[in-house]
Amino acid sequence: MLTKRIIPCLDIKEGRTVKGTNFVDLRDAGDPVELGALYAEQGADELVFLDITATVDNRKTLVNLVREVARHVNIPFTVGGGISSIEDVSALLNAGADKVSINSSAVRRPELIDELALQFGSQCIIVAIDTRFVEGNDWVHTHGGRKITEIQTIAWAKEVESRGAGEILLTSMDADGTKSGFANDLTSRISSQSSIPIIASGGAGSMEHFYEVFTEGKADAGLAASIFHFKEIEIIELKKYLANKGIPMRIY
Amino acid sequence: MEIAIIKYNAGNVQSVMYALDRIGMKYQWTDDEKVIQSADKVIFPGVGEASTAMAYLREKGLDQLIPSLKQPVLATCIGMQLLCKDSEENNTTCMGVFDVPVKRFVSADLKIPHVGWNSIQASGENVLMEGLKKEEYVYFVHSFYAPINTYTSAICDYAQPFSAMLQKDNFYAAQFHAEISGVAGQKIIQNFLAL
Repeated sequence: MLTKRIIPCLDIKEGRTVKGTNFVDLRDAGDPVELGALYAEQGADELVFLDITATVDNRKTLVNLVREVARHVNIPFTVGGGISSIEDVSALLNAGADKVSINSSAVRRPELIDELALQFGSQCIIVAIDTRFVEGNDWVHTHGGRKITEIQTIAWAKEVESRGAGEILLTSMDADGTKSGFANDLTSRISSQSSIPIIASGGAGSMEHFYEVFTEGKADAGLAASIFHFKEIEIIELKKYLANKGIPMRIY
Repeated sequence: MEIAIIKYNAGNVQSVMYALDRIGMKYQWTDDEKVIQSADKVIFPGVGEASTAMAYLREKGLDQLIPSLKQPVLATCIGMQLLCKDSEENNTTCMGVFDVPVKRFVSADLKIPHVGWNSIQASGENVLMEGLKKEEYVYFVHSFYAPINTYTSAICDYAQPFSAMLQKDNFYAAQFHAEISGVAGQKIIQNFLAL
């Protein structure tokens, strides 16, 4: 049976993980390669590396990092942050990334999704959507959720799928950081209208929240950062908990 | 041991190379007929679209070479589909090592493509799954599949049971991405290299 996926997200700045981690068993908690490999060992189904600086200067650092991660990690991983051209994607995939995630650049120029899907195949193009509820509607936001657009989230999710996105990474800026649960209602509405997988992000604070996002939220994957970094939830424990509650999980 | 990875216009070969690096194996990424022919093991990986890939293989004469190989060959993902008879993906005639058609997933309620970790079960004797559990999880990304047939050596279920692995003589094939399928995937690659 196809399993639901648990995905830790690592924020990267100048080639190092930021936001801190609480892994005493790591030699260097800031080393994304070591942390990624550890998550893979603990049963993570995929990894997402998000370059939060994403400046031109850092591109080379990022490509080198991707190469190191690919050498050491034996599960699929996605790289996102500041990707805006075929050249950017090509460099990251050639370095060994399995997928890339695009966000603001797709909002600025939606044709980019078509171009990337045609060039590299939909399977490696994730479109990240940051959404916030404002005045009765869900609106797409850019710039890390700070800037509102005139695009409604549900319509945008439909559009990115029709343009060739392989998966959607949906982050609720309302839920993000609250630890009070994923945005299950919106996630469910988008998942029900989509034939591509939805990765839900933002709001994870407990194991039950993951159960809810897979049942009520109809998500195909759940993504979180700090609760894994600070060991508030251990991935292997989370997967056992979910499997016991009847959610299909990869456990070995 | 000489390992040849067949070079053609289908992507994501880098992950395969790194998987071999992790287990300390050397390889050549090549479309040179002589190198491929004389290798001890041949890997035919890839992610891509069937008709574009077949057109390239024909242009290079690799469509004749690959089915004639006598050493163990491991084909993965689109590589496996290209070894079948034909594919519904743009009605492509493939190499026909496995006399099996490749079909498009159709489902009213399931998401297509089939993306993520799914379990496979060995069917009959499957030397590549030796040392693994009867059921293992591996990573899939695909919209087309080979139905269950006489060459099926592992079964997966999505929309309906389909061939996760095929085997015939020296040809071994996997629909999933062994190179990024964790410990189980690594074991499958090691078993192939130990043949």
